[in-house]
Amino acid sequence: MKNRENYRKERIDRCIKARSDDIYALSSYKEMWYLIFPRVVPIIGIAILAYFLPLYWKKVVITTCIFAMLAVSWDFLSSCGLLSLGQALFFGIGSYTAGCLNHYFHFPIYLTIPIATICGGFISTILLLPVIRLRGIYFAMVTLILPLMLARGIEATHVFGGNEGITGLSPFPNVWVELTFIIAGMWAALFALRRFISSDYGLIFVSIRDNDRATMASGINIYAFKAQALFIGSSICAFCGAFMTHLYMFTGIPVFTMEFSILPIAASAIGGIGTLAGPLLGAFILVPLSEILREFGSLRVVFYGLVLVVCVVALPEGIFHYLSRKYNEMERWVRLE
Amino acid sequence: MAILEIKGVTKSFGGVKAVEDVSVNVEENTLLGIIGPNGSGKTTLVNIITGFIKPDKGSVFFKGKELIGLPPYTITNLGIGRAFQMVKPFFHLPAFKNLIVPLSSKRVRSTSGGGYGDKDAIALDILEEVGFERDSSVPYKTASVLPHGYLKRLELARLISLKSEIFILDELFSGLSIAEVTSILPIIEKILFEGNTVIMIEHRLKELFRIANKVIVFNFGRIIKEGAPKEILEDEEVKKAYLGVEV
Ligand SMILES: Nc1ncnc2c1ncn2[C@@H]1O[C@H](COP(=O)(O)OP(=O)(O)OP(=O)(O)O)[C@@H](O)[C@H]1O
Ligand SMILES: [Mg+2]
Repeated sequence: MKNRENYRKERIDRCIKARSDDIYALSSYKEMWYLIFPRVVPIIGIAILAYFLPLYWKKVVITTCIFAMLAVSWDFLSSCGLLSLGQALFFGIGSYTAGCLNHYFHFPIYLTIPIATICGGFISTILLLPVIRLRGIYFAMVTLILPLMLARGIEATHVFGGNEGITGLSPFPNVWVELTFIIAGMWAALFALRRFISSDYGLIFVSIRDNDRATMASGINIYAFKAQALFIGSSICAFCGAFMTHLYMFTGIPVFTMEFSILPIAASAIGGIGTLAGPLLGAFILVPLSEILREFGSLRVVFYGLVLVVCVVALPEGIFHYLSRKYNEMERWVRLE
Repeated sequence: MAILEIKGVTKSFGGVKAVEDVSVNVEENTLLGIIGPNGSGKTTLVNIITGFIKPDKGSVFFKGKELIGLPPYTITNLGIGRAFQMVKPFFHLPAFKNLIVPLSSKRVRSTSGGGYGDKDAIALDILEEVGFERDSSVPYKTASVLPHGYLKRLELARLISLKSEIFILDELFSGLSIAEVTSILPIIEKILFEGNTVIMIEHRLKELFRIANKVIVFNFGRIIKEGAPKEILEDEEVKKAYLGVEV
């Protein structure tokens, strides 16, 4: 330890420094590294991890990526003032769309997934359009109830395979394709959304959450924007649903289970709401954790819940907020003249 | 013809008659002052004009076009801007980015052309106009950390960036110091000079009476007096409604 007598603690905000003098940032490798580091390390880290892990854990990585995308989508919707308790709705619609196209019309994978992504987003938006004027918890209630209704509806009417669902759908060629596909999709969704939401157009979505009345008094048709946000958010979930359908070669009522709605919210809560990257981080903590805890049997839920509570109590702002603050706001000791 | 005609507007909340049979004509390029005790229905009238509340009865015409039934954003895009009594900034956005939202409205995009491109420079110009020091860090600060005075100016800046024709200012001066009020008054005079119409709701009677062309007085949701500032000052009934208020 240094002798602190001749030193003073200095706090510098590296974020502002690197951003404000961008010519400096471009000319200095150190500053460039500072900006690139937090993006490159997770990307390379997950790629390496996915490559070396045994097959069982490769599958866990895939599931994690799916939940991470659901969480990022949830956070995007909440950033636009749309509180969703029904990611399972979007997920399930994507899954059933892909499943039906594959089973009834024999569409190949490379067609079902893109079509299910777009159509899933479209159908979800149409379904929620009548309630898009509802705010906060009232909108949330509807999103919570719709997947349950669809599941019971399919059960009762025996459409799309009814209770048994549809089995024997086309699989991916091998696990490498699965991994590459979902990891690439996840990063694409994250970086595209982060860029989108900080653009002048994306800014309007954030303003709706901040104050929808002031946004209307700024001459913005908030319902048109909310519909667009819904489409973007639900398309991402529909993509996950379609992907999972081919992964398990199955679609059925389980795709509407609450887990797909609740886990993304938990991941966002511990990761940091409103950052998009935080929820992804949260999913990468919660999903593997849940796998590790499997050997504890019934105690699994207890430990799982404990971790959740500790995270939320210790870091109410979310892990990502905490990390990015520590990273940007570096403290150092400087010698007094 | 009056630019804004309010005809027999009535609105009750449960048993409370917030606005009762109110009719006013607002002439183009004048400043109309609205005064009245707390809870007399001034803000409710503004909410009716701007589409945030549907009245039980009555109509509002802007340049002869009926406004009742139109959503708030359509009314805003027609050229009626309103500043909120309770400031409503976009707290997560920096001050200058707050103006990107009105600058992206249909009204602005159709008049000055262009899409959603780089509007930061325009936003900074407007902020300077309402008193944000340009070369300081103030315009770049997140709205949540700005002092109250700046948030009030931001409300005004929103209406300016919308290129509004009617500026409805709901208690813009409340909570501001004399110095701040004095620095904002010239901005309002400039807005008038440029040919716009202003409706000001104020409890600061002294400042209001200096610039108003006409003043109406509300009490219990009704207009109890309408006239030039000087007539209002001398009216007995007004004095009674405003008992204890030094004018
Ligand atoms: N959304 C609402 N629901 C129920 N009652 C309301 C609502 N808005 C206003 N009121 C009632 O209507 C009456 C008029 O309120 P309003 O806000 O228009 O008064 P004001 O003249 O603007 O008062 P102030 O000077 O305090 O701003 C009040 O009695 C108020 O309680
Ligand atoms: Mg009021």
